Amino acid sequence: MTDTTANALHFQGDHAHEHHHDADHKPAFFQRWFMSTNHKDIGTLYLIFAIFAGIIGGAISGLMRLELAEPGIQYLPLWAGTTNLDTALHMWNVLITAHGLIMVFFMVMPAIIGGFGNWFVPIMIGAPDMAFPRMNNVSFWLMIPAFTLLLGSTFVSGGTGNGAGTGWTVYAPLSTSGSPGPAVDMAILSLHLAGASSILGAINFITTIFNMRAPGMTLHKMPLFVWSVLVTAFLLLLALPVLAAAITMLLTDRNFGTTFYDASGGGDPELYQHLFWFFGHPEVYIMILPGFGIVSQVISTFSKKPVFGYLGMAYAMVAIGVVGFVVWAHHMYTTGMSVNTKMYFTAATMVIAVPTGIKIFSWIATMWGGSLSFKTPMLWAMGFIFMFTVGGVTGVVLSNGGIDDVVQDTYYVVAHLHYVLSLGAVFSLFAGFYYWFGKMTGRQYNELLGQLHFWIFFVGVNVMFFPMHFLGLEGMPRRIPDYPDAFAYWNHIATNGYFMMAVGMVIFFINVFWSMFAGPKVEGNYWGEGATTLEWTLSSPPPYHQFETLPRID
Amino acid sequence: MVAVQPRYNRTVIAVALLPLAMLMLGFAAVPLYRAFCQSTGFGGTTQRASALSAPVSVTGKLMNVRFDANVAPGMGWTFRPEKNVVKIAVGARNMAWFEAINNTDHVITGNATFNVTPGQSGQYFTKIQCFCFTEQTLKPGERVRMPVIFYVDPKLIDDPDTRDISEITLSYTFFPVAAGKASS
Repeated sequence: MTDTTANALHFQGDHAHEHHHDADHKPAFFQRWFMSTNHKDIGTLYLIFAIFAGIIGGAISGLMRLELAEPGIQYLPLWAGTTNLDTALHMWNVLITAHGLIMVFFMVMPAIIGGFGNWFVPIMIGAPDMAFPRMNNVSFWLMIPAFTLLLGSTFVSGGTGNGAGTGWTVYAPLSTSGSPGPAVDMAILSLHLAGASSILGAINFITTIFNMRAPGMTLHKMPLFVWSVLVTAFLLLLALPVLAAAITMLLTDRNFGTTFYDASGGGDPELYQHLFWFFGHPEVYIMILPGFGIVSQVISTFSKKPVFGYLGMAYAMVAIGVVGFVVWAHHMYTTGMSVNTKMYFTAATMVIAVPTGIKIFSWIATMWGGSLSFKTPMLWAMGFIFMFTVGGVTGVVLSNGGIDDVVQDTYYVVAHLHYVLSLGAVFSLFAGFYYWFGKMTGRQYNELLGQLHFWIFFVGVNVMFFPMHFLGLEGMPRRIPDYPDAFAYWNHIATNGYFMMAVGMVIFFINVFWSMFAGPKVEGNYWGEGATTLEWTLSSPPPYHQFETLPRID
Repeated sequence: MVAVQPRYNRTVIAVALLPLAMLMLGFAAVPLYRAFCQSTGFGGTTQRASALSAPVSVTGKLMNVRFDANVAPGMGWTFRPEKNVVKIAVGARNMAWFEAINNTDHVITGNATFNVTPGQSGQYFTKIQCFCFTEQTLKPGERVRMPVIFYVDPKLIDDPDTRDISEITLSYTFFPVAAGKASS
């Protein structure tokens, strides 16, 4: 199999994909799934992992919405198994921390980069596999101990109670002197491992995209999904090491008596915030850019038109990636910055709305005059555009240093970030999942269940997150399990929205299991003429090793 | 197993250097941040000058300097300014006294951190001498008077961001110095 990978570059063949008799030969179960070097298998493993993590992260948000359904503390002491209110409240901090970390590092990133990236980047550029198939395997298997460490941290002391209760931002001094016990150390090491996994993956993607494109596949002919993963990989390489440095210093502050973030020894806790958000802001683009790529493919396919303004779309993502590195302090407006600093970060942040606007309008222009068909992936992609625009508008509101002074750390921020991630990134994930489900499994999903899933989920998440705008503007702080009666009405409605969304997810899982085993078998290009990228020239599912003869792109 | 092709190697080396460089930059942020704060007065970092280099050009502008003194929880010291607020002339050299008492029955070494509010005034608030430049060791029950000599740089009046400031608060917090790390 390595022969194929390494020598394929020398082959130049025609469009007819003759498969050698062993192109679809698969190794035995253990070797195939535990020692995998096949980008499609590793992609599948990533997707399974992400779904598993998503169930845990989603269940945690269910616990949080349940506690928030009514004013007062109803469930936390019960769940924490204690009568000590401080320990019960610590559990709340553990829940918000776990939800954030799991959804960011163990659901969205593995699914969108590790899952769809692995599956379709090599195929879309006409490569037989990733450049470093074994490193690809290392990337995936680093995620398992990383996730185990994070889950394991909930069983050991984090200071006030079990688990790391620092928020996903792990701010010092709460994460240093404020959280004795091994839980926070385990969470930090978990981030180290997940970061190492992503960096290796990013190196792999860049090497693959730069060196393994099929003849004729120039950079400016690459599908936009490949562009999005390329930009994302660079963001990962530049952002994650800074997080690694920041949390390494957290570890030494916690365990070895250094004072990087401790004023008593000449350090500054604000430095941690700067380092964290220097990583944290590109990180939000890392989560959403591949989603942009997926949405571009889907919109183009179901409009039966090429994407409007292809080059503008590609370089808009590059621009978002570049500008994303110089806006980090808009997460820190209330740390006492001077007015001039705030003015710069406000302006720089608003600039990002320009390339983002280019993308939104280009998607709409792609649909304009197209031969539209509203299949499930298209619904998710259009839902993405709508929801991401809502989140983008609240983002421009929040980017104002003056307004942010009022809504910092309120539910307005929670609403904003869930509109761009929970309704943005996740919608693009579902769009990609339904779009490529037949390609990955060889069987088509059920259209009725798919559309039912979309509409119930769409209404559910909006009922859940839209009221949070009102709560935030009224001043309800985030990360607090209790609230005055005045906030009860919208909180109750938000919790109802959660349960509606959960019903949608049940339909999703029924659809997945039914389709995987009993869905109708599909041909290579089941979306028809609108699907023009290389994965649609292959069978569904593709042979175990594709492109033994490289395709030639005109 | 076919050897990895050289053209991969070039890409990989170039691409692997990026995260390494960023990792080093991440750690380099510590001294860089300190240098940045000291040179710009960012976040209320005060300046330091020797007695010789201090300018002597007293202006007519008067402002209040308020003193704030804190002790880390559990340190067992009493620490307070002798006067809570003084009226000073911008540019003039001033001396203020603080008092510290060790209320415990053992020797404690402390180190004071400091900053000024509003933060923009940090680059113009200059100390010539301060008990916070060195560690302070107090024997059980000992009471000491500690001076701060400072001036507010007249450039403050020319800076549009700071010329409206009529009061600066100088805040200190004493932290115990861990036994092993004394005089670090």
